[in-house]
Amino acid sequence: MLELSMHILDIVENSTRAGATLVKINIVEDTKKDIFSIEIADDGAGMDEDTLRKTLDPFFTTKEVREIGLGLPMLSHSAKSTEGDFTIESKVGEGTRVAAEYKHSHIDRQPLGNITGTLITLITGNPEVDFVYCHRNGAETYTLDTRDIRRELEGIPINNTEVLKLIRENIEEGLEEIGINEQ
Amino acid sequence: MAKIKIEDLKKIKDKVKAETSLRAGERRVKVTVHMGTCGIASGAREVLDTLISEIEEAGVTDVVATTSGCMGLCSREPEITVEIMEQEPIIYEYMDTNKMRQVFRRHILNGEVQTPFVLAKGAERTK
Repeated sequence: MLELSMHILDIVENSTRAGATLVKINIVEDTKKDIFSIEIADDGAGMDEDTLRKTLDPFFTTKEVREIGLGLPMLSHSAKSTEGDFTIESKVGEGTRVAAEYKHSHIDRQPLGNITGTLITLITGNPEVDFVYCHRNGAETYTLDTRDIRRELEGIPINNTEVLKLIRENIEEGLEEIGINEQ
Repeated sequence: MAKIKIEDLKKIKDKVKAETSLRAGERRVKVTVHMGTCGIASGAREVLDTLISEIEEAGVTDVVATTSGCMGLCSREPEITVEIMEQEPIIYEYMDTNKMRQVFRRHILNGEVQTPFVLAKGAERTK
């Protein structure tokens, strides 16, 4: 994975596969404390303790088509290689929370990259799931809550081409306002 | 803070309602971009992005883009499955943004299967 936004896409795909109806993605950038943190919390099926312990083993997966599962091990590795930290918590029937903390200025911290593409991909592929994306950069915050959009659409699918275009413009504009350069 | 304008959403709502009442069969093509860890790492997100902008540019409403997981052929990612109604699904391998544009314009819009990029015929199985 070359970008943090790719890790986010990958981990949220786990959430949607676990039957989540709401996924919250929180990003906090604090250059004073030199922190870049990513938190993903879902209300999916969750995992028991035994499964949870195995999630960072690259040779463990719940999929049947192959025998390796690299998503979480790679995220954990990317955070730890920047003197950061990684935690995962889960409860059966309640959901899962994944948090990765990076040292903002560390040379090995990947750039956030195309987060707009990540969010549009998630909405396109999982139109029945709601996403709340909250990005704090210093004192400024941008929030996208698909529940608000869905309420206004009254049954029109959220992955309609024109709705997606509107959402894309909103994210791009919103991130620019809080000073995020996606490169 | 940037806000999605409610008037804009209302406009889309009215337009879609008008279109749906005119349309007989709605979904002609379903395109699935495989979005597993392997797909994402090799560029599937950019392939889907291209597909969405091609659909937007062409102004077609009967092509649906969606995503799925990994189907176990990780070394051939990014993969997409093109399912045209009443035809056998086609799975393409090693996709990129240029190949996606070509497949969209030639196969999805014109019905010519782009043989050099084809991995297999038939339905996928992802789990």
